[in-house]
Amino acid sequence: MGETRDAHETTTAADAVAISGVTKRFGDVVAVDNIDLNIADGEFFAMLGPSGCGKTTTLRMIAGLEFPTQGSLKIFGDEVGTLPPNKRPVNTVFQNYALFPHMNVLDNVSFGLRMQNVGRSEAADRARALIKLVQLEGMERRKPSQLSGGQQQRVALARALVNKPKVLLLDEPLGALDLKLRQEMQNELKSLQRELGVSFVFVTHDQEEALTMSDRIAVMEDGRLLQVGSAEDLYERPANRFVADFIGQTNLVDATVADSDTIVLGNGSKVRATTSLGSGSKVAMSLRPEAISIGPRGSAPADHSEESLDGIVSSSTYLGHAVDYRVSVDWIDLEVRAGAIGAQQRFSPGDEVSLWWDRAANWVVAD
Amino acid sequence: MTGITEPRGMTKASLRGISWLVYVFFYAPILVLIIFSFSDNRNVGVWGGFTTSWYADFAQDSKLTGALSNSLQIAVVATLISVVLGTMAALALERFSFRGKQVFDALLYLPVIIPDVTMAVMLLLFFTQAAKWFGFSKGFSTIALSHIAFCISFVSIVVRARLAGMDDKLEEAAMDLYASRWQAFRYVTLPLIMPGILGGALLAMTLSLDDVVITQFVTGAGWSTLPVYVFSLIRKGVTPLINAVSVVMLVASMVLVALSLLTQRLRGDDPA
Repeated sequence: MGETRDAHETTTAADAVAISGVTKRFGDVVAVDNIDLNIADGEFFAMLGPSGCGKTTTLRMIAGLEFPTQGSLKIFGDEVGTLPPNKRPVNTVFQNYALFPHMNVLDNVSFGLRMQNVGRSEAADRARALIKLVQLEGMERRKPSQLSGGQQQRVALARALVNKPKVLLLDEPLGALDLKLRQEMQNELKSLQRELGVSFVFVTHDQEEALTMSDRIAVMEDGRLLQVGSAEDLYERPANRFVADFIGQTNLVDATVADSDTIVLGNGSKVRATTSLGSGSKVAMSLRPEAISIGPRGSAPADHSEESLDGIVSSSTYLGHAVDYRVSVDWIDLEVRAGAIGAQQRFSPGDEVSLWWDRAANWVVAD
Repeated sequence: MTGITEPRGMTKASLRGISWLVYVFFYAPILVLIIFSFSDNRNVGVWGGFTTSWYADFAQDSKLTGALSNSLQIAVVATLISVVLGTMAALALERFSFRGKQVFDALLYLPVIIPDVTMAVMLLLFFTQAAKWFGFSKGFSTIALSHIAFCISFVSIVVRARLAGMDDKLEEAAMDLYASRWQAFRYVTLPLIMPGILGGALLAMTLSLDDVVITQFVTGAGWSTLPVYVFSLIRKGVTPLINAVSVVMLVASMVLVALSLLTQRLRGDDPA
């Protein structure tokens, strides 16, 4: 997977966050397992993975709410390993916001400034400016319980940002919102980040959210960092089977490497594919449903003869913008997504079809 | 407006009847007590015309006022100390994990479970032994210590209930916003558990003010609290003086409750 990690591998003083060799154990449980991660200044960075993968623990270590068992953690070049949270130039937007229920909006937002001994009137002025930025003017005297979920979310943002953090940490900040509000907040967060130019480190289990919002994404599983890259990197060049499966939808076909140019599928058919893995290695071929072309049996173009399979349509689902086919190919089912508009032909269950794809569209991952 | 949750017919009538019975059961004795504290007759229960002389007698009886003053001093000291210790115990149990936590937890609740008499005998034996070693006399200090000992348990139960309902992310949020541990406690945790602490204090004060059994065991010669003194008066015969004393204590505890409710309502705690 080393090849797909990008150029941020080397530590520079400009990195907002530099994590190297960090492990976190809770008793016998390894929550984070020897990870290296660099987050650039001004970057919108997402940490993505199923629950329990260690993404939140990593975020909490950056915040200072947990200390690493091992390894080094630097914020703008300064080692912060066991520094308490109040001594770090980062602020957090907590999952469920953790607003102080006994304080009104203004007091919540000015809390961080007051704790840094900023005078009462200056703190109030700066807090008001942030309340305006998140469009909550007129709500200063309300208690959190008198606000909607979306408004609470904005208070949490203002409360963190008023301190001008060098890095803003967000722990599943949109998880509690309904779909429409979530999409609205995604856009707002993104434009806020661009406006402020501060690094946002964003933890989520929602891959779509991560893909649409982030400059780069780290995928984690079982405390390990599987891949770090842009949305395109993860989608088109997943480092392994887990990433290929986790990011978007894909067909994973078991195969064995024959030589650097050919893999053998489960049924013995040979397919051309580029891989650096040695012959005999067990691999999986990842084929995105939208990358597969479908046509009547025998219609595969001659130049795709070694990137094609024959099958029988077992179901077809009309989605409006596309048609989803499940095609039985001998020993497996493949999912194929064809454009619905302007398609020459539609297929019904039982139709005999050929499937083919561009050589660049298939991607071989280690098993 | 009738809904499924609104009682109707027989149910409604009987619920109303039972409610009134309960009120009468609770408050009739208090009412009788108050009325007869103004009765101009030495025998309790025989009305002899209106008088406030029993209250005047109370004010002039130096033994009674002395005992009242003792009671109040003990209650204040016991409440203050047990609130601090009980709250600390509750915080430790709710926030930290440490070796022996479960044992500590169980021991802390022992005074709530064991009978007063057992506790009283234990404390008496303890103080008798301790007096040999350290040479102090029984009286104010032994009573105060005993009251602190059982009040801590009640305070920590009440405070813990409050703490358990509090999101512990709030303290993390405070520390993330540059509060030290102490500031996070002072500006976030403390205001949020204050109703629990006040409730605990009220309970401690009430328990201390009307404890008879333990106080009687651990008190020294010539030293008495109001309930213990009243108890000894009863043996000589009941006069409306005791009614007057009881009414004063009743009013005092109602004032306490009212004060605690008022402080909770007025409290608008903002940082610094």
